[in-house]
Parts: sequence; C-alpha cells; structure tokens
Amino acid sequence: MASLASGTLPRVIILHAPGTNRDREAALACELANGAPEIVHINQLGVGDRRLADYQMLVIPGGFSYGDDLGAGRLWANDLYHRFRDDLDAFVASGKPVLGICNGFQALVKAGYLPGPAPLQRVTLTQNQQGRFECRWVRLQPLPNSRSLFTRGLEQDILCPVAHGEGRLWIDDANQSRALFDQGLVGLQYAPTVDGAFTTAAAAYPDNPNGSIGNIAGLCNWAGNVFGLMPHPEDHVLAWQHPRWSRGEHDGMGLPLFVNGMRAAGQF
Amino acid sequence: MSDSAMATDRIYRVCVSPQPALVNATSVLADISTLGITGVQGIVRSDLYFLRGDLDDADVQTLCDELLVDPIAQTATWGLVGVISDQSDDALIEVGLLPGVTDSVADNLLARAALIGVDGLGAASTARSYTVHGHVSQQDLTAIAERLLCNQVIEYYALGQLVPHVGDAHHATELRAETIAVRNLSCEELQALSRERLLSLDLNEMLAIRDYYEREGRDPTDVELESLAQTWSEHCVHKTFKALVDYVEHGHDGVKQRETIDGLIKTYLRAATQSIAAPWVISAFVDNAGIVALGDAHEVSIKVETHNHPSALEPFGGANTGVGGVVRDVMGVSARPIANTDVLCFGPLDLDPTHLPTGVLHPQRIYGGVVAGIEDYGNKMGIPTVNGAIWFDEGYTANPLVYCGCVGLAPRGAHPSGARPGDLVVVLGGRTGRDGLHGATFSSLELTDETGELTGGAVQIGNPITEKITLDAMLVARDEHLYSAITDCGAGGLSSAVSEMGAETGVEVDLATVPLKYAGLQPWEIWLSEAQERMVLAVPEGHKARLQQICALYGVEMTVIGRFVDSGRLLLTHGELQVADLSMSFLHDGLPRRRLRGEWHAPVWSQADLSDAASSLRAVTLDMLAHPNIRSKEDVVRRYDHEVQGATQIKPFVGVHADGPSDAAVLRPLELRDSGLGIALGNGFNPAYGKLDPYAMAVSAIDEAVRNVVAVGTDPARIAILDNFCWGNPALPDRMGSLVRACKGCYDGALHYGTPFISGKDSLNNEYLDTVSGKQVAIPPSLLITALGIVPDAERCVTMDLKTPGNRLYLIGETRRELGGSLWLQVTTDSGGMPPGIAPFGPALARALHGAIAAGHVSACHDLSEGGLAVAASEMALGGRLGVDIDLSRLPGDAASELAPVERLVAESNARYLVEVAPDHAAAFEAAFEGLPCAAVGHVLKEPEVRFCAQEGAMPLLELSLSEIASAWRGHIDG
Repeated sequence: MASLASGTLPRVIILHAPGTNRDREAALACELANGAPEIVHINQLGVGDRRLADYQMLVIPGGFSYGDDLGAGRLWANDLYHRFRDDLDAFVASGKPVLGICNGFQALVKAGYLPGPAPLQRVTLTQNQQGRFECRWVRLQPLPNSRSLFTRGLEQDILCPVAHGEGRLWIDDANQSRALFDQGLVGLQYAPTVDGAFTTAAAAYPDNPNGSIGNIAGLCNWAGNVFGLMPHPEDHVLAWQHPRWSRGEHDGMGLPLFVNGMRAAGQF
Repeated sequence: MSDSAMATDRIYRVCVSPQPALVNATSVLADISTLGITGVQGIVRSDLYFLRGDLDDADVQTLCDELLVDPIAQTATWGLVGVISDQSDDALIEVGLLPGVTDSVADNLLARAALIGVDGLGAASTARSYTVHGHVSQQDLTAIAERLLCNQVIEYYALGQLVPHVGDAHHATELRAETIAVRNLSCEELQALSRERLLSLDLNEMLAIRDYYEREGRDPTDVELESLAQTWSEHCVHKTFKALVDYVEHGHDGVKQRETIDGLIKTYLRAATQSIAAPWVISAFVDNAGIVALGDAHEVSIKVETHNHPSALEPFGGANTGVGGVVRDVMGVSARPIANTDVLCFGPLDLDPTHLPTGVLHPQRIYGGVVAGIEDYGNKMGIPTVNGAIWFDEGYTANPLVYCGCVGLAPRGAHPSGARPGDLVVVLGGRTGRDGLHGATFSSLELTDETGELTGGAVQIGNPITEKITLDAMLVARDEHLYSAITDCGAGGLSSAVSEMGAETGVEVDLATVPLKYAGLQPWEIWLSEAQERMVLAVPEGHKARLQQICALYGVEMTVIGRFVDSGRLLLTHGELQVADLSMSFLHDGLPRRRLRGEWHAPVWSQADLSDAASSLRAVTLDMLAHPNIRSKEDVVRRYDHEVQGATQIKPFVGVHADGPSDAAVLRPLELRDSGLGIALGNGFNPAYGKLDPYAMAVSAIDEAVRNVVAVGTDPARIAILDNFCWGNPALPDRMGSLVRACKGCYDGALHYGTPFISGKDSLNNEYLDTVSGKQVAIPPSLLITALGIVPDAERCVTMDLKTPGNRLYLIGETRRELGGSLWLQVTTDSGGMPPGIAPFGPALARALHGAIAAGHVSACHDLSEGGLAVAASEMALGGRLGVDIDLSRLPGDAASELAPVERLVAESNARYLVEVAPDHAAAFEAAFEGLPCAAVGHVLKEPEVRFCAQEGAMPLLELSLSEIASAWRGHIDG
C-alpha cells in the first residue's frame, strides 16, 4: 500500500498483527477519505522501525489476531499494554484519532482504552448471543449526543457488514450500561431495519446481530478521540459494495466515519 | 523442559467459566435430546488450562489476570492438579487433546507468558470441561461424551477431572533408517508388505520396485519405500486417470462397443482443453492450480481439492485442513487467495442412528464439524467464502464429500518457473510433527470401521494463523523476486514437495535440519509428515538474508534444509546417516501404467408418469422448496465471512431481505478497482443425474456451471472450468465404466461451450466396507464442475431478485421431457424419465444473454436447475418480494408443446434462464434472441403471489403466496 503519498495528507498508521486481515480495506477507506495510510506490522513498531508518534491517526483493523486464542483481541490487547503502552497512552492523550474496527475494537476494549481510561477493562465483547460467527449487513444509527469525533455531525445511518463471533457488548450492570449512553460514550447503535417486516423501536436479532446490550455497536472514550465498533464501515466505501446496489440503492456508506477521522487528524 | 523438570515442577489446573448470565447451552441441549437422552437440565462449558513448570500461585494469578480470564465475562477457579477438587454434585465431562495434536492456544500462551514476566511456564495444554446439571446416568454421560463432545481420533475424555497431558516427555527413540528386504520376495509377500506398511501399491507396482532394487543390487530403506509409495499414490499421481482402459459399452440391442482408452485425462480432459485452445489460458493441469489471464496486468488461479477421508474421521480437522490445503495450492502459484468455495455432501441429517454403519459418525455430527472447520480456516485467513452447495443423500453417510476450492490473484508473470541447481531448499511456516502420516496413501484406501484406529495419524488440525503469516511473508518475497520456485507441502509432505521441485535437477536434503514440533521422529516420518502450513521455496543463495529479514518481521519460521543439485538423484541424510539415494527418473517415471476394465450398460429410459401430478402440484412444489438440497443454506453461509477483502459485489444472498440465492458470486478485488473487471465463481453439481447416467451428469454440471456465471454477467467466451470426480473403487468395472461415461460427458460438454478445463482432481475409493455386516457401499458417482468466469464490465452485473412490477418475464431455452433424476421425482419418490442432455442452443443462448446483460437490458436473471421453472420463479419472487404471473402455454421451443403443463413447470432441461426485462428494453432484448428459443411468458406482479396458469385466462394451475414460499424455503432458519 502506498505510503507517504503526500506531505499534506494526514498520515494514518494501520496496525497489523499476526492474523490481521482487514487492513487493506481499512487502508482503502483512509485513502478515499483523503488520508495517507500505511500498513505497519507491530514488529516494525517493536524494533523501532516505525514510531507511532510520526502518524496523525491510528487504525486498529479487523481480523483474527493470534487466531482469537485466549479470547478475541486478548493477546493484541496484551501487546498494546506490554509493548506499546507509553507510546499509545501518549497518542491517545494527544487527542489524535484512534479507530478500532472489529478485532481492533476488541483489543481496545480489553486493553481498557474503551470506554477508558486504560488500563482497567470496564466492558467486554464476548461470544454472540446466537453462539456462532455471523456475517450479515446491519444498519447503524449515529447517536447525536455522542462524544465521538468520528460520528460527529453524522445524520444518515451507516449500512455495513458485521463478521464476527465475539461481538456482544456486555457489562454486568444495567446502571453502567445506562451510564455509557448518558455520558455520550455510545457512538453507534444497531438500528431496526426500515422496511415493512421490522418496525419495532428497538432492534432485535438479526438487526442487532450479536445481542449487545442497548444495541451498542460502537463506543468512544470520554475525550471522543478513541472510537471502536464491531461492524465494518471500511467494507462499504464503494457504491457497488452495497447489498442492494442492483436495486438502485446507494445509501449508508461507511466513508463519513473515515472523513471525520481524517478531518481531526489533519489538525495535528 | 527437561532442565526445569526438577523438584519445582508443578502442574496447575485453571478452570475458566462464563458468568451465569452468559451461559448459552441451547444447541448442546438440543443435540443431547437427539440422542434420546432426557434428564439433562443444563450444561455449562468451561475452558481448562493446564500449566506446568516452575510456577507459584502468584504466577498463576498473573496468567489469569492478564491472559486467561475476561474479568467482565468470566470467573476462574484454580489450584494444583490432584489437589483442587470438584465440590459440586453435578456430573463432569472433560475433553482434552491427545498428545501431538495442534493446540495453538497453548502455544500462544506459552509464547506470551515470558512477555508478562512469568518465566517459569514450561508447558501448557488446553481442554474443555462440561458441567452437566440434572439426573443423568453414567451410561448417558458416556454417550454424550463419545457421541457429541469428544472425537477419540484426536481427543480423549474423562467423566470427572481429566488427567492432563502437559509437557509429556517424548520418548527418545533410536534414530534409524530401516532396510526392507524386497529383492527376494514372492508376489504374495510383496502384496503383504504393501498392505502392512499401508503403501497402497498393487502387485505390478511392487514388482517394479523389486526390479529396480535388483538392478541397484541392494534393498530399499524405509524412507525410499515410503517416498515411492507416496509419489506413486493415486492421490499424487492420478494413476486411474492415466491408466489404459479397456471399455465396453452394452447397448440396448445387445450390441457391444469396445474401445481402448489411452488414459482418461489425456483422451477427454486435456484433449478438450487442447482442442479449445483458448489463448487466455496461462496454465492448465501443470501447476498447483489452473491459471487464466485477467486484463493485461493480472492472472487468476483456481484449484478445487477434496478432503473426504479425513473429514469422515474428524470432520472439523478434515474440513479445516482441506481449506488450508487448497489455499496453499493457490499460494503455490504465487497468488493471493481472494475467494473460497465449498461443496459438501452428507448423509441425511435425520438419519435413524440405528441405521448407522459401525464406526461411522452420524451425518449431523459430520455436518456440524465440517461447517465449523471451513468457517474457522476461511474466516481466520481472511478469505471470503462466496460460493458452494450442500447435498444430502444416504450414499454419503459413511463417505461424506468435502470439496474445497480457492481462487487467487497475482500480477501477470509473478510466478517463477523452476528451481535451479545451487538454489537452497527452504521451508517456510509450520513445524513438522508426526501428524498426517500416510495421508496420501490413506486417501487411496477404502474406509472400514477400523480406519480411524489404524490411521488416526492421518488426521490433522490446522492453524490458520500460521498459514496467514506465511502468506503475508510469501507475498513480500514474491514481489521482491526472492525465490525461483515455490510449492506447498500437501499430501506426501516434504517428500512430494521437494522431490517434485527437484525432479528435473536433483536435490540433497538433511532431514536433521527440519524444525520439529517435538523430538523423536524417524527420518521417514520427517520426510512424509503432512503437518500443515508449510511451503517449500527454491531460493538463490544471495536472497537468503533478505528472505530471513522478511520472515523475522512476520514471525514466520524459515529453515534451509538442503540444496538443489544437478545429480538427477534424491539424496537424503539425517546428519551423518544416509537414508535415501534414489534416481529421480525412477521415482517420477518408474511407475508402471495400470490397465483397467470398464463396463457400461446403457439404461433403458421409461417415461416418468406425472399424470396425477396436477392434484398434488401445490404440496409437491412446497416440498421441493423445502427439500434439504434446495432450501436456503443461509444458516450455514452466514457463518462464513463473505465480505472480507471488500470485493464481493454479488453476494451469496441478494434481494430485498438478502435471502434470494445468487447464481454466482462476483468479485472485484481492490487491485482491479479501476478496471471494471469482475471475477465470477459458480458451480454445477447434481449426483441425482449421475445415478442414471454419469454422461448426463457431466454435461448437465458443465451446463449449470456455465449458466450460473453467465446469469450474473460473465462473458461466455471467458469461462474456464474445473473437474472434480469423487467415485468408488475404479478396480471394479462398473465403477470404472461409469467414470468413462462421465469423462465422455466432460469432453462433449466442454467442447459444446468452448470452456477449457484448467485443473482437475479425483478422489476415488470412496467406498465403505462394514466389517461387521460385510456390506460394501460406494458413494453415488459425483462430479463437481466449478466455473471461473471473467465479467468484462462489473457495473452491468445482474442479480436474481425481481426488481419492478410490470416488467416482463422471458424464458429462454428449450423445455424438453427431461425429468429423470429431477427434484420432482425425488420428492414424490418416483422414478423414470431421462436426465437432461446437451442443449443444442446452449452456447448461442449464453452469448445472446451476455449481450443483453452487457447492454443493460436485463433487470434480473436466474438459471433453471433443480425443480425447474417452479423453483426458479419462486426464488426470484422471494428475492424481490414481488409476485409473478406465468403462462405455461407460452414456453419457447417445439419440444415444450408436447409436454403437459406440470411437466413444463418442473422439467430440468439444460440451458434455460428466467429473465426479467423492463418494457423499454423488451424490443432490444427480443432482437438479441432472434432465431433462438426465447419467449415472453409472463410478468412481475406487485402482489406477493406466484401464479402459473396452463394457458392465458385460465384459472391458475398453481398459486403460492410469498409467505408460503418463504416458510417452505427458509422456515428451518426462521424457526
């Protein structure tokens, strides 16, 4: 993937761990959002070949880091904590945008960055309520009160696929889950599909594909610069990726999230 | 381990359980009730970790906090093994992996412990613990353990706490290369030797080996004998397809036609490709995968493999490594895998367990394991699984079929052609263990109820992440031109990979340098092991350092194990010990050609009787839609990631609610983003025709595969196909005769459409001998045709869901009295009729249809296959949540007019499509089909009703509501 494309475009580091597999799509999304993405292996950071501080935005993309062994995202979270903690803490504290998608979200949650502050893990992403991996398209509704810089100003729903087995956002306390909403830490919610068949207010399976509490699909930190979500907005950045493109539908691209990220990144 | 195994060596047991609110046992409980066991009220699965080494309680607490336990979702109990006791009254079933079986979780745990400051962890293993609530007898617990939870081919279990295998010492065995006397053996003794060592070689082949060693004046080593058996195995060398065949066809009139066939591949498959001579075929039948050109700058590769025998014994591992293996085939032509396809055949899921042959797993269990295995490998590799089929038939009960296919993309010319003397032999990826020994020869044996015990080693568990990082490193190496040849370690392991790469040159390997999972392997085991996730590269000395750098970055193990030389010999050592010295020419060309006999009795076709059909039409049509082979497979397909890589333009399911079944997938890999080019992937498969006439099965499978990819927008002049035969024992003349018939069909069908074969595979001996009953059972002859098509303008692609009320519906293609093997007759358990044959207008129709799609005249298109027009129209209506009104008197072609209305509705003639066209495009569409069978047969309705009438204005012959169709076709998913 092209790197350092232009001096003026925000530099985006897309982190790659063993088993990462949606890094190329994340890079394309950043490119289309006018960023200059570079896919960087964590070992390149480890040996000092690349430095986190040299970039203006961080994307932790999807995949199966370490094969989901010991729980999805657990070992990558452990990497973040033990190998890159100081650099990552500094990056987060600086206010630069950080986006975790799917496996990247799992890693940020388990390392405590979401909802934060790290390193205490406050919520979890656990096995889907259906008990199996599922790939299907979902509709995501942005929450107007969200602190997330990624969803700021978004009025349209986002339509994109989920593809995970451990994406159920869970917390063992109803008060705490309400607090996530009250504090503006929920960025995106699974929304009921808007057509004849499903019209109830709260999304049920399969609109909420994994049983997440409060239909939470994406969370941010208090500062709003770290955001994670289970679905894959990077898989809907081209018109023909829409599941009903052949029916003339073209709503709900995932690109605005990346455009927002890039706008914020451009300030650093 | 040995150093630390002193007084401080302890084993801890950690049991990690879900929080009560997260316990979800619905599916296991349902499985238990299918065993007829009542009284189980609940079952909770916990994860077990056994930790061994110089550890104390603080270490274990650290491991729990940082790695083993999710503080929000889980809780843990732990203590020393033998000290920690189970305090509850509930029953326990615990299941662990047998020593030597891949345990990637334990490997990751071990690697990570040091990073978090626990240096004393010397070994780890994982297991599962099931707490069973309720009143259950020991006998029931045993049944649950053995029939649901534990597969004793790779696992062991205990009712109660498991005695762990963790860091067990491997017995150091004396290293040796045994010499095996063959020179003085009689024919009987040679055959006995082949049997005892699982060589799967016949007498002629054993005699050729004996003669070779008589000329050499010595006896073979075990390494040599095993190498020969592997190189000469059916799996690796396709000797049945290369054999001379004496073939007799018995006509109806008692006339016999005899011919001698000079090899099936040469006479039919390769001959078709040569005769078609498509200029865009880059590689056919030569490399690990077939390759075609795509645009000016790229090439697409494809391979479809089978992994049947391993999947019968260990469904998860068999299917898992089946996917891993075919992905490596595509890596073996230097390509990046971009899509997977899987076609699966099982016995009926509701099979009465008492009818199960001895030693055979229940179809439900095989199905569950196979689907999970495919899901695991494909998803973790990040390869979208976008195409496939599932077929149920009692004939697959003991021999399930697992066809795994993979498509790859590479820059044109990126795959280097050959190892040169002086190049290093480099192994990349996984380590070598005792797993998968004898896989190549085992796949050539018939299964019996003892196969599991005898060849447990043939079953492997994959580690997709090891393969993923190997792929990541390989692609960088490819782009930097660091290797001069590459191949994967598949069946036959290093033996197959290295000796094929060195066939033209010669090669020397020191087996002592091969990295092992554990000590104690004999030289022949190292050479033959089929351990997964290994690639072999020929690397010029000067590129070694750079390759090492890349491998270090990606965490891939890389080892130089030898060198290509110009000796023309295979020379193997283990340190100082020489263990093989074989002539490459004998190894590769010394195999005597087989001569087989085939017979075919031409069937006499009776007429299928559909005279009473009108009265049962409604019920049978709904039954057809609900038939296990037809109904929605969404519950399986959604477990496969079909979106990863962001290239899936036509998805497996399309339409308003994404539940209409696509004809084919269309992919637009990001590399091709600006070109508008697409890659279509489809398949044709119908063993029901094969039971009547394998010739009809072959031409129909080709026709269906072509239809599938043409229906979405493929240019019919740019379709390559693959053959994949799963058959019984070819030594039996009736099996061989039916194979010949199928190959003749392949030849005729390929020439008809001008679609070259670019790759193929055969899996023979799919028979099961029940040693208790003495019954021998073969699978139905099964031919899978996979089609790879190029879509010139993906923006013009078409999906199958109906789009707009008022649009016209055209049926194109001739409907003939072809009901043999039809879904109608399967559902009504009737017989008779002729299966579909070659459709004369097929190629012209495909060209005309492509022209219409490319011109933007088509709104929706679906091919007619099982269940004919009735099923196709219902599926299109469901996809678009719209109705149809079709007049059966208007079907095109003279043949249709001779059929009764019901026959027109359910006949399965080839080369037919139902096409939706907007009124504005109707004139142009009709012009494109001038002189071809094509007729406007109805239109799209706003009302959710599917209506067929026998003639215009008549009362509908059949009327179904969309909700009836939905509940028949996907009721098993919606519940």
